[in-house]
Amino acid sequence: MEITLTVNGEKVTADVEPRTLLVHFIRDELRLTGTHVGCETSYCGACTIHLNGEAIKSCTTLAVQADGAEITTIEGLADGETLHPVQEGFWERHGLQCGFCTPGMIMQAAKIIEENPDPSEDEIRHGIDGNLCRCTGYHNIVKAIEYAAAKARGEEPEPAEWETV
Amino acid sequence: MYPREFEYVAAGSVEEAAQLLEDNPGAKVMSGGMSLIPMMKLRLLSPELVVDIGRIPGLNTIEDRGDHIAIGALVRQRQIAESPLIPMALKTAAAQTGDAQVRNTATFAGAIAHADVAADTPTAFVALGGTIVAKCVDGEREIAADACFVDTLTSALEANEILTEVRIPKSGGGSAYDKLGRRGGHTDYSVAGAAAWVADSSGRECRVAVGGVGTIPALASGVMEAMASGASPEDAAERACEGITVLEDLYGSEEYKSHLAKVFVRRALEQAMANAS
Amino acid sequence: MVETKSVLGGAIRRREDPALIAGQGLYTDDVAPTGTLHVAFVRSPFAKAKILSIDTAEAAGMAGVKAIYTADDVRHLGLLPTQVAVRARPLLADGQVAHSGEAVAMVVATDRYLAQDAAEAVFVDYEAQEPVIDLKAAAAGDIKAHDDMDSNVIIAWTAGPFGDEDGIAKTRETIQAAKDRDDTVTVSIEMVNQRLVPTAMEPRSVVADYSPGYNRFHVHSTTQIPHALAGAIAKTFDLDNSQVNVTALEVGGGFGAKLNVYPDEILVAFASKALGKPVKFTESRREAAVNTIHGRGWVATATMTGTRDGQILGYELDGLADMGAYTQNFTAAIPFLGLFVGSGQYTMPTYFNVACVLTNTVVTDAYRGAGRPEAEYYLERIVDAFSREIGVDPAEVRKKNYFDKFEDAVSPIGFAMDTGDYGANLDALLEFVDYEGMKARRDAARAEGRLVGLGLSSYVEVCGFGPSGLSDLGFNWGAYNVDSAFNGSGLVRVGGDGKATVHIGTGPSGQGHQTTWAQIVSAETGIPVDNIRVISGETDDTPVGIGSFGSRSAAVDGAAAHEAAGRVKAKAAKIAAHLLEAAEEDIRFEDGVAHVAGSPDQSVTWAEIAKTAYHPHLLPEGMEGGLEAHAVFSPGNATWPFGSHICMVEVDPDTGNVDVLEYLTMDDCGNVINPMIADGQLHGGIVQGAGQALFEDAIYDEQGTLLTTSFMDYLIPTATSMPSFQMERTTTPTHVNPLGVKGIGEAGTIGSAQTVVNAVVDALADLGVKHVDMPVRPRRVWEAIQAAKEA
Repeated sequence: MEITLTVNGEKVTADVEPRTLLVHFIRDELRLTGTHVGCETSYCGACTIHLNGEAIKSCTTLAVQADGAEITTIEGLADGETLHPVQEGFWERHGLQCGFCTPGMIMQAAKIIEENPDPSEDEIRHGIDGNLCRCTGYHNIVKAIEYAAAKARGEEPEPAEWETV
Repeated sequence: MYPREFEYVAAGSVEEAAQLLEDNPGAKVMSGGMSLIPMMKLRLLSPELVVDIGRIPGLNTIEDRGDHIAIGALVRQRQIAESPLIPMALKTAAAQTGDAQVRNTATFAGAIAHADVAADTPTAFVALGGTIVAKCVDGEREIAADACFVDTLTSALEANEILTEVRIPKSGGGSAYDKLGRRGGHTDYSVAGAAAWVADSSGRECRVAVGGVGTIPALASGVMEAMASGASPEDAAERACEGITVLEDLYGSEEYKSHLAKVFVRRALEQAMANAS
Repeated sequence: MVETKSVLGGAIRRREDPALIAGQGLYTDDVAPTGTLHVAFVRSPFAKAKILSIDTAEAAGMAGVKAIYTADDVRHLGLLPTQVAVRARPLLADGQVAHSGEAVAMVVATDRYLAQDAAEAVFVDYEAQEPVIDLKAAAAGDIKAHDDMDSNVIIAWTAGPFGDEDGIAKTRETIQAAKDRDDTVTVSIEMVNQRLVPTAMEPRSVVADYSPGYNRFHVHSTTQIPHALAGAIAKTFDLDNSQVNVTALEVGGGFGAKLNVYPDEILVAFASKALGKPVKFTESRREAAVNTIHGRGWVATATMTGTRDGQILGYELDGLADMGAYTQNFTAAIPFLGLFVGSGQYTMPTYFNVACVLTNTVVTDAYRGAGRPEAEYYLERIVDAFSREIGVDPAEVRKKNYFDKFEDAVSPIGFAMDTGDYGANLDALLEFVDYEGMKARRDAARAEGRLVGLGLSSYVEVCGFGPSGLSDLGFNWGAYNVDSAFNGSGLVRVGGDGKATVHIGTGPSGQGHQTTWAQIVSAETGIPVDNIRVISGETDDTPVGIGSFGSRSAAVDGAAAHEAAGRVKAKAAKIAAHLLEAAEEDIRFEDGVAHVAGSPDQSVTWAEIAKTAYHPHLLPEGMEGGLEAHAVFSPGNATWPFGSHICMVEVDPDTGNVDVLEYLTMDDCGNVINPMIADGQLHGGIVQGAGQALFEDAIYDEQGTLLTTSFMDYLIPTATSMPSFQMERTTTPTHVNPLGVKGIGEAGTIGSAQTVVNAVVDALADLGVKHVDMPVRPRRVWEAIQAAKEA
């Protein structure tokens, strides 16, 4: 089936099988490999993208369902050279280790602070409940999102927990 | 894990979708896809045709119709969790469903159609005394909540029917939902949970449903009877599992899950009574 | 003397991150050379069965299918190379399956969807046999995991001390005598340390590309041990190791699961050679649960004897460890790693006996901590139970029985330990957390009727298994054609532009080696971190290395890079002295510049030095050109990090639900290279240990079907599972490597599960509960409460 959609601001037309999952279309056809596959039961959240402005799990969406949609993947989140505050937060607050869950985590976190500019720790933790991370224990992910929220509000983030050089 | 091959049609109207189901006995309806697609990926389900109702206009609203709230087939769990029109039991159940991304995609009506006893919103739906509207080429019928669920992952919908709307009566009073999730607290599918609606803070007139423990979300009529006769929520909750075949699973023995059902029936009732006042 | 300004100990932001946060990091499944073929495996639904026949005819004719292989096609390649080959496995099940999920046939097709379609159409005729799943039943031995074996028990690890039969007998007599005394208390509990699925977020993936013209393989794999994999493939195909280049790109978490050579890695290479195309296999999550190794899986009884005032007089651990159906990389050696720390931080006589047992289940191997979490779990649980029994504060009992501050002590179990200061570490924790205040808050909550508990534990672990002499105990990669002890290795090369590359044979999977190795080399040479690139995970371009596991990289390979950097600097100092016409010992390196002590203006840059090095006619008479050094480092001992953890939990008496309210730590990993990264390792490690304590459980049914193959039923922690941490550290450097670092990758996991369980038992102690097995899921906690009520 032919589908046409906008991906990171660019219009894309492609012929896909009905059974092609959106995440495979993004990874294998568009070669945008920042969106990851960590499970097949829509639990891990590594495949999180924005579809028509909402964070969704692209492993549990058919590519044909995205016909006509606007999609943003991790590759399209930054504003040119300027990192999104969440990306900056993850770097500044060591919110990633192996980086595999990170794109999905960042895409979800971007929505959390967009919808709730000053989230509590509890709101952040619940907000990323559908994004599994095995490396960080979530501690620094929470700090990274707090950093990003402060930045997005135009405030100075809390200092890091460690001494910097 | 990849689905087997299938045909796909994005229906433009309920009528078109109904006709497709009528003509294709091997077809399955998809709204958000959050129940259907995982089953297809695991190849537990392999329909020949997927009828996507996700693009049909007019099914995405929550409407106050005076005596009931009408919830369209494409209304997401997130909309339920956030809408001021939705009674507390259902709002809470929707908020405890899946995770943020899942709630952005999964529809409430889809959860009813999927009929998973471990899901949250069907239990609240039963306690609130809702109905569903099922359409096929021959017309439509309304099915009451306590007749909606037939068996494990089996609703009363026929293969040629589409669930187009869920109706929740505006009964006033108060309602609540509480559960234990698989990962503890409220996280993940329900190990056991209960929803309660009460007409007033006395709790004598009530509807209580139990989820997670048997094959289907079920009305706890024994509890309701006890409450009607003036029992305390704690005493009434002792009858939580009457008429329910409690099933052991990885998360609990029959004894434990029966116990949990009582705990959450009591908690839901007490909270509903508090919400009513 | 040449001096530098140190960047060690500073939290510089990770240099890995810019690509990763932009979605531009490259992982193995992202690799897709033109024409790549895809693999799907046909897997056995039975735990034990004879394979009567395999019918591939229908599948072979399906769309896109290029080949289907069975044992008949690959038998000539031999068994899977494996380091501890007590029961090595075939590459594909050969007439017999020994665990459910074992691969029976391999389908290669043009597309991953089509490969799975065809795999479904392969018909295998099995004759099911009764499997042995339960560990105790397997040890009893009525049913064998393999019909040709006399016993399921393949080895028992016994110590007290290790390797001394007379000593063991004497230790047992001493402990028995203590038990027989009237004034002693003996506490004994059988505990399960359950089977786990390691669960890196990135499923394993491998892409092999064979070049017939050069007779070389290029294999991309999600491996922690690239050189071992290259050697294993070379061995299998009768090549030199240099004919295989293994590339481990970004590896999305390992935790031991990728510390193995897997049959699929060999098979994909085979298919690429046979078909002349790149071939890829990427696990699904479900498949990972039955194809990639599991961890833990012990049942053991811990027994502790001591006086009523808290002097411990003896400790015994007697149990079984589940190997699964075969032995892979370290399988049967994992309990041995636990044995190393069998007596923990304590001085009491210790007897340790763990038997390794085959069952018809997925192979177990190293999962984060590998043997040490098990050993510390039993020990710290029984110390806690003993303290409770005699009514003495568990902190006091621990301190009373610790080794005093030491350098080079020998533990009762028989191993030399580098450095330790356990009492000071525990005291620091108690002060940091306000222990008396925490107890008061717990007691106040209890007075309100709440089930609140406080759990304390401490640990010593052992890591950095780099001493060359340990090769005799099997710490080498000989089975993979890599004839090397577990040395560290590092090559530092300064190019003509004065910028450095550091080539290391590690296999990082998120530990930040790009960053910490740049810090190590920068600290030694003064070359700015930004001018240092770290190259790892590419066997063609790195010296032979052992990989990343066992918290070894910094302490062993980091030290090697430090030494190599020192040699490069020494040569650079000679060149700088020549250029500046100064004495070599007056040269100082700072901020990318070498200058004469006391005369900052008299300087040359690293670029000028390097340019000279690559124009040998400009060098001092007799000096060779080039500016690089390769160091192979064998530390004097393994390293022995330690620490203390405490947490507060609340149990819901109605449901048994456990809420972790607070978690605080005082770890000691010696010197710290980058505190940001070290803390991050602890965070993740603790949550994995807490995940074992609270949720995770690989559950088999009696037929040997694994019931927990997805995130729906194998419950790893989510963001709401644990609170944020409060952490401090003490610093007791090691002297076995020049950096003074010990290792931090596994410490969090080794210290945490028992901390949580101790807290849960404390919360329930007043109800009479003495132990709850992991995972302390609500069901189990509630059942423990009911059982205690009935008792």
